[in-house]
Amino acid sequence: MALPKPYLKYPKRKKGMDHDLYPYSNMFERSPITWPKNKNVALWVTVALEYFPLTSNAETTFKAPGNMVTPYPDYRTYTAREYGNRVGIYRILKVFDKLGIKASFPTNTALAKRYPFLVNEINIRGHEFIGHGTDMNALHWGGMDSDVENEQIKTALNGLRKATEQNVTGWLSPARSESENTLALLAKHGVEYACDWVNDDMPYEIGEKEKLIAMPHTMELDDRQLLVNLGQNEKTWQEQILTAFDCLHRESKTHGGRILHISLTPYVMGQAWRIKALRDTLEILMETGWVWNATGAEIAAHWKAQQ
Amino acid sequence: MKPKMKNDPKLYDYWPYLNRPKIVWPDGKKLAFWVAPNIEFYELDPPANPERTPWPRPTPDIVPYSYRDHGNRVGHWRLMELMDKYNVRGSVSLSTAICQHHPEIIEACNERNWEFFSHGIYNTRYTYGMSRTQEDAMIKDSIKTVKDATGQRVRGYLAPALTHSEHTIELLAENDIWYSCDLFQDDQPQPLHTKKKSKLISMPYSLEVNDHYAFNVYGQSAGQYADLLKRHFDQLLREGGDSGTVMCIPLHAYLVGRAHRIGPFAEVLDYITGHKDEVWVTTAAEIADYYRKNCYDAALENIAVANKVGA
Repeated sequence: MALPKPYLKYPKRKKGMDHDLYPYSNMFERSPITWPKNKNVALWVTVALEYFPLTSNAETTFKAPGNMVTPYPDYRTYTAREYGNRVGIYRILKVFDKLGIKASFPTNTALAKRYPFLVNEINIRGHEFIGHGTDMNALHWGGMDSDVENEQIKTALNGLRKATEQNVTGWLSPARSESENTLALLAKHGVEYACDWVNDDMPYEIGEKEKLIAMPHTMELDDRQLLVNLGQNEKTWQEQILTAFDCLHRESKTHGGRILHISLTPYVMGQAWRIKALRDTLEILMETGWVWNATGAEIAAHWKAQQ
Repeated sequence: MKPKMKNDPKLYDYWPYLNRPKIVWPDGKKLAFWVAPNIEFYELDPPANPERTPWPRPTPDIVPYSYRDHGNRVGHWRLMELMDKYNVRGSVSLSTAICQHHPEIIEACNERNWEFFSHGIYNTRYTYGMSRTQEDAMIKDSIKTVKDATGQRVRGYLAPALTHSEHTIELLAENDIWYSCDLFQDDQPQPLHTKKKSKLISMPYSLEVNDHYAFNVYGQSAGQYADLLKRHFDQLLREGGDSGTVMCIPLHAYLVGRAHRIGPFAEVLDYITGHKDEVWVTTAAEIADYYRKNCYDAALENIAVANKVGA
């Protein structure tokens, strides 16, 4: 037994990346960025508003994290996710109100259509909506038909723009999953920044022809990742956020403005026993006086103006 | 996706947890607290189900079987003694075949005026694949079994092993069940949609603070779980001042009744029952009865208002 010969050929073995989406760049050698009022760290908070249908998507070999688990009908998972969008989210909004936090909400279009009450509560507080696909079954994957994907993106974005009456220039793919064409299709439909790639702590330009801004949307400090997948507790979540802040703040003195992103999921952080950890953490950050709290679109615009 | 499958089961309406009608529990209490010991029987050699395999290994899979049996031999008696100490009555989520297998446990609970609600007959007989008639027969059997063994009329339901069908909720209404613990969308009760005119409500069962989740899903220690429950209580009590909340601690004696866990759990009951002025320590059926009489209609009105926004 042996592998076919091409297995030992290395056609892309050269300096730089093995694709044309972006060039290599060392974050510590870039021109420093400054944030408004000379704040050191931009604080970007996102809350994902996800709608998980009771049925799962049969077309993909994978499901979005948080999707149905048991045989149909999985009332357990379906209703536990709904908890986030009817109870947890209002706890989170109260914390934002108290601390004057402005946030960005990656939102499934189906959810925006289902819950106009919630859309209104978010709009009157001046938060930002980010495109997040139609629902958590509307995945993008390598090899999918590009006409289907084009329609999927167009429908999701136009539906969200209509339901929220916002421009919607940001995008986070459901399950952060992309096809080879996703970025180009997003650019075509008016998206300016995308949040799926997890390879940087600062924005950078991404895309073969049409350019988007890749925003540093964290996966490593995501509440679902730490509290659900890894089983850590709230104290550990808070410690790591504050440790990240210390590092970014330190770097900002020599390398320019940094970004601390906090990624929240209503059915996770909006649980009664967790909400105090969110309030305490955001309060500590805001009271440092070193943060500029802004939406994804605002951070992306400030970054772009300095390129 | 099979054509008959629905994306949305439409069991209840959207109801934002914001400016809800004020619930005040009896004697002005802010939080209704109940404890749900799951007293379950798992069969060593259950019949096959088309959708779910009961045990990971071929029968006899003795370790997971005896792991659960420990609850009925050891853990239950520890937990019951502890609940006696703090005057907390259990609302038992019962595999009703326990009435046949372990009548000693049923008698001890009944003497203490604990409530029994139906958790199916065995926790190894799943609802998947049952016809409507079969599921109805299983529910009726469980109601009759409890009535015969204890004299109590079952008023609540939690599907065996949390396995459901599209008929489950409707069947509860038809069988004059007052509350379902099967839905996890809220920290307050909520009216459910049923074709049969009924005041069936969803009862917060606080799945996420279930000992199974804490210990075997999230890998928390006994001390971490106790700390979590206290913080959960603190927040729900605070919110209960705006509108009364419900906190349930769903337990399994085979988990929380272990020697290394019962001590830290005692601190939780000590802490919660230490707030007697603000907390209604009760059973699920008593909460459901009160809610249906005093809060149900106001809830329906408020839900209708919330759903007019943007409609």
